[in-house]
Amino acid sequence: MQIIKDGKITHDEVRHLSDDEVPTSTRFTVSCTRWKSEKDALLTTGNLLGVRLKGGDSIADIADDLHQIGLVVVEFPALADGRSFSLARLLRERFGYEGEIRATGDFIRDQVYFLARVGVNAFEPVAVTDLENLLTAFTDFTVNYQAAADNVKPVYRQRR
Amino acid sequence: MYQYDQYDQTLVNERVAQFRDQTRRFLAGELSEDQFRPLRLMNGLYIQTHAPMLRVAIPYGLLSSQQLRMLAHIARHYDKGYGHFTTRQNIQYNWPKLEEVPDILADLATVEMHAIQTSGNCIRNTTSDHLAGVCVDELEDPRPWCEIIRQWSTLHPEFAFLPRKFKIAVSGAAKDRAATQVHDIGLYLVNNAEGEIGFEVLVGGGLGRTPIIGQTIRPFLEKKHLLSYLEAILRVYNLYGRRDNKYKARIKILLKETGIEQFTRMVEEEWLHIRDSLEMDQEEIDRVKTFFTAPAYDPNAAHDTSFELHQANEKAFADWVRVNTVEHRVAGYRAAFVSLKAPGIPPGDMTDAQMEIVADLADRYSFGELRVTHTQNLLLADIKQGELYELWQKLSEANLATANIGKATDIICCPGLDFCSLANSSSIPVALEIAQHLDDVDYLYDLGDIRINISGCMNGCGHHTVGHIGILGVDKKGEEWFQLTLGGSSSNDASLGERLGPSVPKADVASTVDTILKTYLELREGEESFLDTVKRIGMAPFQEKVYANH
Repeated sequence: MQIIKDGKITHDEVRHLSDDEVPTSTRFTVSCTRWKSEKDALLTTGNLLGVRLKGGDSIADIADDLHQIGLVVVEFPALADGRSFSLARLLRERFGYEGEIRATGDFIRDQVYFLARVGVNAFEPVAVTDLENLLTAFTDFTVNYQAAADNVKPVYRQRR
Repeated sequence: MYQYDQYDQTLVNERVAQFRDQTRRFLAGELSEDQFRPLRLMNGLYIQTHAPMLRVAIPYGLLSSQQLRMLAHIARHYDKGYGHFTTRQNIQYNWPKLEEVPDILADLATVEMHAIQTSGNCIRNTTSDHLAGVCVDELEDPRPWCEIIRQWSTLHPEFAFLPRKFKIAVSGAAKDRAATQVHDIGLYLVNNAEGEIGFEVLVGGGLGRTPIIGQTIRPFLEKKHLLSYLEAILRVYNLYGRRDNKYKARIKILLKETGIEQFTRMVEEEWLHIRDSLEMDQEEIDRVKTFFTAPAYDPNAAHDTSFELHQANEKAFADWVRVNTVEHRVAGYRAAFVSLKAPGIPPGDMTDAQMEIVADLADRYSFGELRVTHTQNLLLADIKQGELYELWQKLSEANLATANIGKATDIICCPGLDFCSLANSSSIPVALEIAQHLDDVDYLYDLGDIRINISGCMNGCGHHTVGHIGILGVDKKGEEWFQLTLGGSSSNDASLGERLGPSVPKADVASTVDTILKTYLELREGEESFLDTVKRIGMAPFQEKVYANH
């Protein structure tokens, strides 16, 4: 599978397990709900890569475990569901998470610039997406009015 | 007024390029209708009954003459020669072609304008007092804060896909002329006990299907914390606002369902985390404030004597001065309204030719600037008293001097079924008919200040719930009927109108309003206003008269 990570198209194999799927021998992610109930068993498989958050999940539920989680997925069940923007930003700014934050699901190219600004550094869009086209979204804008998780210098600091 | 620097201009130019590409991909079939919808809405573009509708942002209602000329150009070149000013102090065009919208946005960018976030589930144009900076009852000019909020909210990466639209208003005067309490966030500039100026923060107001008056969640917020506090409110809303039902998705529902104590706790807790890192930069506040300093007023303006003379000699001018101009904080100056409520003209509509004329008048008499009011009129804020007579003559020639500001014919009205695909009734013909019944000016002035607001559907774009007389179009088995409410207000005493009774057929709306107004004249005590009379005597006397023959 091809995804975008840190501004490049890369190959990546990770299985996003549903809650009743047995852990695979390759790397996998689980839902936040499953993580809460099966955390210890999942960790012993040695293949657990990440936890998936969606709108309504609380970062507090994984906050103490973030050092054991290499990937946090923020899911887009629908492109207009903007809760993941806040989740990503909180992960970076409030919880100091430095691992991979990956957007998955029904987001589109036109949200990529904003997602990058709130701290998402990997993008796994729906299958038909043209990743080359998506890469160009990082430079849609060169000016930012506000501070966010990407640590760019907002305009009001550049004006000094 | 605020002037773009290289950063502001670059951002708007980049937005034009982005939207041009989005439109191209949509027309090429690379973006589905579902994917394109939120993108076009965030650029103010609706698909309407006849054609797309484009809503252009007029930040807190402030326009330069050059910008108004560009709006005229757009009306002429891309539309049918007119535009419609809205209750968010914006302008809408009802007939642009989708494929030409990127060109319209490019034209707008040349005069520091855009359509960013004029629709969609994001932070909309911040509105304010149209008399900001010139009125006599102002604690502090709200416009620099509006501009700071504009910049902060523009393309905010975290809050572009909120549960629902989000509206902010700022008021800095004793009298609230910005309908502050019916906004998702309302900000009043206030003094604290120590005499410092800060913000009273209200949350959860809004019109539409579930009209609610906002509630104060913080009586005093230091100015330097404005953006962190807004960010805390927006984050709580983005994370916890309902997304399962778009009619319950506004922040007012979250506030209601959570309860104000708990909601306030959530905001304050979030705010504590971000307060210090988001403290505002004093240099930037000062920089923005430099754009809103007083123009070079003529110190001798008050010496003019012709103003009194013309009023004494010409009743029509005296009426216009009394009704359409207001006191200015500088002696010898007045602020003059440009009425967009002439008989027979849809409320808020203005032709390209009229825009050109008013742009010239702004240059000639009012330092090249003007404002849009949320009641769908324009305002020339800085007119020397000695030049009011000339101004009145020129406005009269252009059919822009109907002396009815704040009166019963100064009706707020949405575009309605004639344009809007949401509406279930045509509000404009009703507004015109009501106004037609009130063509006797002596009668009109005897009625005093009355706000009549008309919405073509329960979405409430015409602010019917806060009209002294509110009129709402409803669909009854395919026919247009109208529901009336009395006693609403969007000012300091904000309140929602109370339902008069069963709805009336379209043909009876104007005569029903007549009956209500006549009942008021019979029952008022002395100089008592319509609103005060309704509050004192309640609905019953009006119901008796209106439904007497039913």
